[in-house]
Amino acid sequence: MTLPSLKSGAAPILSVRNLTLEFRMAGRWLPAVDSVDFDLAPGETLGVVGESGSGKSLTALALMGFVGRMRRNQRVSGQALYAGRDLLGLPDRQMQALRGNDIAMIFQEPMTSLDPSFKVGAQIAAGVRLHQKVSRAEARRIAIDAMERVHIPNAAIRADSYPHEFSGGMRQRVLIAMAIANRPSVLIADEPTTALDVSVQAQVLRLLKDMQKDLGLSMIFITHNMGVVADICDRVAVMYAGQIVEKASVDDLFDSPRHPYTERLLSSMPSIEKRSGPLTWIPGTPPQFTDFPAGCRFRPRCAHATDACLGETRLTHGTGGRSNRCTLGQDWQNPKGETEASWT
Amino acid sequence: MNSPLLKARKIEVTFRTRRAGRAVTVAAVRGIDLDLFRGQTLGLVGESGSGKSTLARALLKLVPMAGEIEIDGEQVAHLGSRHFRRYRRKIQMVFQDPYSSLDPSMTVGDSIAEPLVVHARMTPGQRAARVAEVLRQVNLPPEVADRYPDEFSGGQRQRIAIARAIALDPEILICDEAVSALDISTQNQIIHLLETLQERSGLAYLFISHDLAVVRHISDRVAVMYLGEVIEEGPVDRIYDQPAHPYTQVLLNAVPVASPAAQRIRSATVLEGDVPDPTNPPPGCVFSGRCPLAMPRCFRDPPAPFDLPTGGRVRCHLHDDGPRLAGASVSALMAARQQDRPETAR
Repeated sequence: MTLPSLKSGAAPILSVRNLTLEFRMAGRWLPAVDSVDFDLAPGETLGVVGESGSGKSLTALALMGFVGRMRRNQRVSGQALYAGRDLLGLPDRQMQALRGNDIAMIFQEPMTSLDPSFKVGAQIAAGVRLHQKVSRAEARRIAIDAMERVHIPNAAIRADSYPHEFSGGMRQRVLIAMAIANRPSVLIADEPTTALDVSVQAQVLRLLKDMQKDLGLSMIFITHNMGVVADICDRVAVMYAGQIVEKASVDDLFDSPRHPYTERLLSSMPSIEKRSGPLTWIPGTPPQFTDFPAGCRFRPRCAHATDACLGETRLTHGTGGRSNRCTLGQDWQNPKGETEASWT
Repeated sequence: MNSPLLKARKIEVTFRTRRAGRAVTVAAVRGIDLDLFRGQTLGLVGESGSGKSTLARALLKLVPMAGEIEIDGEQVAHLGSRHFRRYRRKIQMVFQDPYSSLDPSMTVGDSIAEPLVVHARMTPGQRAARVAEVLRQVNLPPEVADRYPDEFSGGQRQRIAIARAIALDPEILICDEAVSALDISTQNQIIHLLETLQERSGLAYLFISHDLAVVRHISDRVAVMYLGEVIEEGPVDRIYDQPAHPYTQVLLNAVPVASPAAQRIRSATVLEGDVPDPTNPPPGCVFSGRCPLAMPRCFRDPPAPFDLPTGGRVRCHLHDDGPRLAGASVSALMAARQQDRPETAR
């Protein structure tokens, strides 16, 4: 079940199949991430969007081996093929060698990802020496070079500053410098601009796009902000309650969402361009993984639900690289202009 | 227009702090005028460090401040804390994080009743009735009062925080990033609740947020802060459709819109650099160092407020000098400027 990607012909750099992450609670294994499938094409940005608790961050953490390994109450299954190797089955040693080297990750809160007691240049250099056999002086040179790449002014001097001496935006740049210092081929960015002001967010988004072009990075971009998705992503996977409910190119997704959840998510957004009518929302709250409903997990909140939705749902594939997980099928589309007063 | 419920003039907040072993002063809020009207919402936007939250705290006299505050026609800024308390109950606040603004060891009912104990002479029975009443107003069942905050979701906790804020029947509610930590559906429900409360009771809101789309939805007027000053203020549609200050324009451009096609052609001028050091603000216009349209004069003279024919005021020399916008929108000028410098345009 390979999916056509935007860059047709290019083999995916990362191919994830059936990724499932389970936690054991009160003797039962509960899937917080359930059968996630996606391909990441070289040089593309795949957005993973959803609300809190949708499993988008856990998917990334499982890929990086930060969860699901070495814990008795966590287990991960499925496959994540990267350069012919299955990340999920890789021994810890090999995963450590790969992590931060081939696949790097940046997080929302740059301050907690940096050690406050070490100068940033030394922190970046330490990451370099973990993966490359270079002298201290050479590692420092690579670190400063990475800081220059992310446009930190006076990089050679700023390398000797501590994290608290940087603004939030500059700290996120330091983190990006750290992530790219070993020239990874995949960057996983988990809400990297969520804690930043809008003007700084715009700077960081542009920087990530530039880095991607310069270094040929492939990116998985996790966010809840649909504006950011529209800005930076080529393709999008929408997650709800641990599952991917829709996959599409960014244009298709915004033009004609094919899952009722995506449609409601998009139409709930207040607009900056005009003052629209009353705000709408999806009734209820997203379920926790401890009590995912049977059948379609969106069913209890869905205005289009039928009895068919009580059965198991599958992600089905349509044309143009589109997929959705809805019993209403590939043709589902909310009639344009239909306002659902009952929702408000 | 009727007279304002709250009228603040020349509000100043200065902090003393130490940096690198030296005593420095930070002018966090500088010379701000602000009016709040019954039944209306003033949106307050600006990036971190611009002084939004400090301004809110100054209005409650929670930080040492200078300037005048008039509430219901009475001067209150000079009052000592005992006398100010009478006015303090008229202004309540809702914060961003409903997880830390409720005491986890108190029942929800006790948390909501706390301001009633401090400010109102009520019997326990009256208090319990009031708690049930405000819970009803925020659409929560009365049984909630006997439970503890950790039993509730973020959205429910924010309803509880709002219930506590309205328990004393205030005239003004300051919402400091009150919906910022919530998912979109919950956020919209809380906004709807705030709108309903306002329609019913005529509350005035000071709505502080970094989310410009939410502010456009909820506000009647909007004030834009930068480095402790309000650099532009006016009716909401005027601010968004005809911004008069270059900073307002770049701020609006920086917000990514939920349309990939529009986002690709959108003229996003990426504003370089960071907000300047507040201990050492620039001598002229606070935005001069980052302004793509700055003129020599902007680095020398702080601009005076300029009344806009389209409503509100702006502090920018472009309106009385240079291209002399004389109150017109800065948008065309910014767009032209961008075409001159393709390397900064997208």
